[in-house]
Amino acid sequence: MTPHMLTRSLDRSATIFLLVVAALGVLIPLSNLLLPAGSFLQVPTYLVALWGKYVCYAILALSIDLIWGYCGILSLGHGAFFALGGYAMGMYLMRQIGTRGVYGNPVLPDFMVFLNYSKLPWYWYGFDMFWFAALMVLVVPGLLAFCFGWLAFRSRVTGVYLSIITQAMTYALLLAFFRNDFGFGGNNGLTDFKDILGFNVQAEGTRAALFALSCLALIAAFLICRAIVSSKLGKVLIAVRDAESRTRFLGYRVESYKLFVFTVSACMAGVAGALYVPQVGIINPSEFAPGNSIEAVIWVAVGGRGTLVGAALGAVVVNYAKTFFTSGMLAPYWLFMLGAMFILVTLLLPKGIVGTFNAWRESSSERRPAEAARSAAAEDGVTEPKMAE
Amino acid sequence: MNVMDTRATSAMLYLDGVHVSFDGFHAINNLSLTLEPGEMRAIIGPNGAGKTTMMDIITGKTKPDEGTVLFDGVTDLTRLDETRIAELGIGRKFQKPTVFESQTVQDNLLLALNVDHSVKGTLFWRGSKAESERIDKVLETIRLTEARGRLAGSLSHGQKQWLEIGMLLAQDPKLLLVDEPVAGMTDVETHLTAELLKEINKTHTVMVVEHDMTFVRELGVKVTCLHEGSVLAEGTIDQVSSNERVIEVYLGR
Repeated sequence: MTPHMLTRSLDRSATIFLLVVAALGVLIPLSNLLLPAGSFLQVPTYLVALWGKYVCYAILALSIDLIWGYCGILSLGHGAFFALGGYAMGMYLMRQIGTRGVYGNPVLPDFMVFLNYSKLPWYWYGFDMFWFAALMVLVVPGLLAFCFGWLAFRSRVTGVYLSIITQAMTYALLLAFFRNDFGFGGNNGLTDFKDILGFNVQAEGTRAALFALSCLALIAAFLICRAIVSSKLGKVLIAVRDAESRTRFLGYRVESYKLFVFTVSACMAGVAGALYVPQVGIINPSEFAPGNSIEAVIWVAVGGRGTLVGAALGAVVVNYAKTFFTSGMLAPYWLFMLGAMFILVTLLLPKGIVGTFNAWRESSSERRPAEAARSAAAEDGVTEPKMAE
Repeated sequence: MNVMDTRATSAMLYLDGVHVSFDGFHAINNLSLTLEPGEMRAIIGPNGAGKTTMMDIITGKTKPDEGTVLFDGVTDLTRLDETRIAELGIGRKFQKPTVFESQTVQDNLLLALNVDHSVKGTLFWRGSKAESERIDKVLETIRLTEARGRLAGSLSHGQKQWLEIGMLLAQDPKLLLVDEPVAGMTDVETHLTAELLKEINKTHTVMVVEHDMTFVRELGVKVTCLHEGSVLAEGTIDQVSSNERVIEVYLGR
C-alpha cells in the first residue's frame, strides 16, 4: 500500500460523494416541482422536507468528524451549536411574521405578547434583517465555541473530561432556553413561521429551494473540511489526535489548532441548524438535549470517523433507519435499536462503514499482483517501498 | 553584568540547585549540571535516578520546585511552556519512540521541520524545494529514503527510533535531548545509532540518556552518572565506571 493509492482512493470516494449530493440537490427539487403529483417518479413534498433534514444532519456530522475524526476532540455537545444556528434563523423567521401573528403585534412575536413583554429585548434587534440573522448563524456558535475552546484547550482539558464539559454546556443551554424569561419562547420555542425572504416557507417551491440550498451547503462544508484536512494543518491535526504532547514538543501550539478547528466546526454546525429550522418549521429547547448530540456522534461512528464521506453517510443511514423504525410497530424500541446499532458497529465495524470499506479495498488491492502497485508507483514517481522488515 | 551572568552565558545548558518532588518523593535533589556548546554528554544512572524527570524539566513538561535552568546562558526555561521551549531550539526524543504512526515517514519529517508553525502558516502551506531537499537529506542521514512513503506505524522498532532522531534533525534544534535511543535495538542498529549521533554532534549539542554501557563507551564522550536525583560522578567513561559509588549503586559487582 502506498499513501498515493490511499489519497487517490479517497479522492475517488470524495468525487462520487460530491456528484451524488449535487445530483440529489438538482433532481429531487426538479422531480418534486415539474412532475405531476402522484406520478411514480415524483418526489412528494413531505419527502423533500425529510431528506432536507437528513442533509442538515449530514452537515452536522461533517462538523463533528472534522474535530473528532481528525483532531480527537470528542464533543458531546455539538447539538448546542446546531441549535444556536437554528435559533438565529428562527428569530429571523419570527420577525418576518409581523402582523400575521395571533396577536397581530407588528414588532413583538406572539410569545412575547403572551408573556407581557412591553418591548423587544435588545438581543432581538437586527433579526428582522436576513443578512444580520445569517451573520449571527455563524457568529453566535463560533463565538461560543471560541470562548469555550479558549478556556478548555488552554487549560489542557482533553479526552473524557472535555466530552463531559461539552455535555454540561449543552445541558446548561437547554435549561436556559427552557425559561420563559430568557426571551426565546421558552418551552415552545419558535414556530408558526410564515415566510423567508418573502417566500412562503410552506410552499413547495420554497421547500425545494431550501433542499437544493442544503445540498449546496453540504457540498461547501465537505469542500472546506477536505481543504482543511488535506492541508499541512490537517497533518498537524492528525498528529495532535495521535500524539498530542509529541506535537507540542515539535513546537506546535496545540491549543491554537484545536481552537481553530473547533470554531470552524461550530460555525458549520450553526449553518446546518439554520437550514434545518425553516424545513422542519420549529426550533425548541429540546434541540439542546444532550441525547441529540450523542446521537450525532453515533452517526459519525457508524459511517466511519476520520473519513468525512462516512460521517455524512452515517447521518443519512442512521436517520433513515430512525424514520423507518419509528413509524411502524417497532417505534417504542427505537432507542434500543440505536444502542444496538452503536454496539454492533463498535464490535464488528470499528472503523465504521466507509472506514471498513476503505480498509477492505486496500487489503484486496495489496493482494493483487505486484505489477499494479509497481505501475502505480512508477506513475507517481516513487520507488516502491520495501515490504520486508 | 556580574560574574554570575558571564559564567552562565558560556554554557548551552545550565542547571543549578534544581529540586523537584512528587508527593514528597524527591525525584530531583539539588541537581547541578552544565553542558558546553557543541558538547555531547551521556547521562547514565539506575532507574528512578531522575534522568527522564531532568529532561521533563528542561523541555518544560515539569516545573521545578526550586533552582535555576538556563538555556544559552540567558533564557530561564522554568518560565516557558513546551511549545516555546521547542521554538527556542530544544528538541527531544522520547524513551518510547513516539512518531505519528498513521502518517508517512515523509510527513513525520515535514511536521518536524522548523518552519512556520502557526495555524495560518500550515493552513496555507505550499511545499518548497528547500523543504523537500532538507527532508531528502534527513531521510538519507537516518537511512530511511526507501521507506519514505510508508506509514510510520509499519516501521520496525529500530527504524522508528531513527525516524524520531530524524525528526529532531528536521527540527534543527541547538540542543538535542535523546532519551534511550538504542533501547530494544540489535547490535548492528546500536552501532549505526552511535555513528549517527556522532555525526549529528558535529553540528549540534547533544545530551543522551542511555543504559547500554557498550553504546556509551562507543560514543566516547563525557559521562554523568545520576543517582537519587543528583550527580553522583562525572568524567570519562573509564573514570566513572571505576568510581566506587557508581559501581555500588548502578553497575553492580
